[in-house]
Amino acid sequence: MPETVSQTMIELDQVTKVFAGTTDPAVDALSLAVPRGELVVLVGPSGCGKTTTLKMINRIVEPTSGTITIDGQDQRTRPGYALRRDIGYVIQQIGLFPHKTIERNIATVPRLLGWDTHAITARVDELLALMDLDPAMRSRYPAELSGGQRQRVGVARALAADPPVMLMDEPYGAVDPLVRARLQDQLLELQADLAKTIVFVTHDIDEAIKLGDRIAILNVGGLLEQYDTPAEILRAPANDFVASFLGGERSLKRLSLIAARDAELVRGPVVPADASVDEAKRVGAAEGVDWVGVLDGARLRGWMWLNELDPAKAVGDSPTRDFRVWIQADTSLRGAVDAIVNTRNQVAVVYDGDHYQGMLFIESVSREILG
Amino acid sequence: MSGAAVVVAGLGQPAWSSVPGGVVAQAQRPLFEWDWVVRNGGRIWDATLEHLYLTGMAVGIGLAASLLLAVVALRYRRLYAPIIAVGGLLYTLPSLALFALLLPLVGISVTNAVIALTTYTILILVRNIVTGIDGVPAEVVEAAQGMGYQRRRLFLEIELPLALPVIIAGLRIASVTVIGLVTVTALLGLGGLGSFILTGFRVLPPFPTQIVVGTVLSVALAVLVDLLLLALEKALTPWSRRKATV
Repeated sequence: MPETVSQTMIELDQVTKVFAGTTDPAVDALSLAVPRGELVVLVGPSGCGKTTTLKMINRIVEPTSGTITIDGQDQRTRPGYALRRDIGYVIQQIGLFPHKTIERNIATVPRLLGWDTHAITARVDELLALMDLDPAMRSRYPAELSGGQRQRVGVARALAADPPVMLMDEPYGAVDPLVRARLQDQLLELQADLAKTIVFVTHDIDEAIKLGDRIAILNVGGLLEQYDTPAEILRAPANDFVASFLGGERSLKRLSLIAARDAELVRGPVVPADASVDEAKRVGAAEGVDWVGVLDGARLRGWMWLNELDPAKAVGDSPTRDFRVWIQADTSLRGAVDAIVNTRNQVAVVYDGDHYQGMLFIESVSREILG
Repeated sequence: MSGAAVVVAGLGQPAWSSVPGGVVAQAQRPLFEWDWVVRNGGRIWDATLEHLYLTGMAVGIGLAASLLLAVVALRYRRLYAPIIAVGGLLYTLPSLALFALLLPLVGISVTNAVIALTTYTILILVRNIVTGIDGVPAEVVEAAQGMGYQRRRLFLEIELPLALPVIIAGLRIASVTVIGLVTVTALLGLGGLGSFILTGFRVLPPFPTQIVVGTVLSVALAVLVDLLLLALEKALTPWSRRKATV
């Protein structure tokens, strides 16, 4: 399988770790291939060896047996410190150097690699901008920053030498949920641009589903229970352990992975503003609803009850009610469902910010789950 | 104290111990004679410098030796307890006994005094250096390792600077301790502010002015050095003063 080899960035082959003084392995004969440019999440309960696995990739922890190759090269062929300078590393407690300014913190790996001063300064500017950090922060110390800012500096520091591989160990475990959601979104945007190979450890299955291109679900003792895309894991959990780890609302979680544009959109019961009342009633009846939407060209003006229509006028001459739910095509179905169940006409209007694109009914969402 | 002083005083007479112009007939001298201070300004200054020199030598050598011992203790954890035990033993030895013990080896010399004084810094400094390094947050060390720091550079660039406040706290205690002890080296005839105290006791009638001058200057020196080291700490750890503004 030559093409598989070239696609794989990190490969763990039968990796086992038994810590001194223990008999049960923390990680037991784990084999895992991380594709180039993908974000793979290691997730599992405490004691599943996910952090140990991560730390074996950059040799902070040395495997007891088995091999780990990065970009086709056995990672033991280089000294640990040299290997680590080529791998970005972000940990939960961030571990910024309290005695160094933000600039010095970010410049850590370039300085270790011996870059010249101008290149380092330029790179720090670039990273501050990339991470949406105020350039005035360069001369501050970590203690002067908020938790979210510190976390972003931590990521900037890890990205400083532009490593192809990033390891992230519960990076958002210590920030509050609002900041966490923002940092997650920022990571996804960043990843869309940079396409690093990222191994991300978390105990939070929702975070794994949101961030992962693939998820490796580990059981206590470092046993790999399932390794697949989030959608596939949610659709078909390999066993009871995976199913229980995924928790309740599995269908809703799957919906969060599907964009509205990928669901079955319908034109819906809509008529042009100049349509007659008879035409409106016919369209409503055909769709099986007692209301109708009114179009102004490509825009959707609003809706009205069929029994409120004045037979003497065109549809567009009567006042309309506003649709409550407007969603963009890239909104997840989970978000759409949440909105739909709060409306009277049980529908979400899909638009591109301006033009009407179609309607999403609860029934089509349900078909998406079953299909 | 004075009993011991008499015994060891024979070891070496300060060159100027027979106080010129000592008025034997006077039964009691006043507590403080300002004109003596004015007349002996140069001698007081020299003695202060001698005092500082002995302190500086002892603390400097003690710091170097303690850093070495601390590095060993940090590398080989099992050696920490024995190193501290020996340091503690040296710390409890009476200084006079130590001076006497060193006599066969180095005679009556500055070396004798410096070696003896240095031993009193080892316990404090080794313990504070090791405690300081241990106090560096684990995640900072882990992050540094993860970035690709090698052992030595991690120690010099990350651990040592972050341990500075605790290390300097040790230096302050060690310096104040040594400044107090240096007064005892006057018994070896090596000068320092202790020589005034010693003379003040030994002449008849006792000469309170000398005792006061030696004591006050010694205390003042200790306070001054302590404050200077505190200022040094503030200057070397600018990060610890700025706090979160967000």
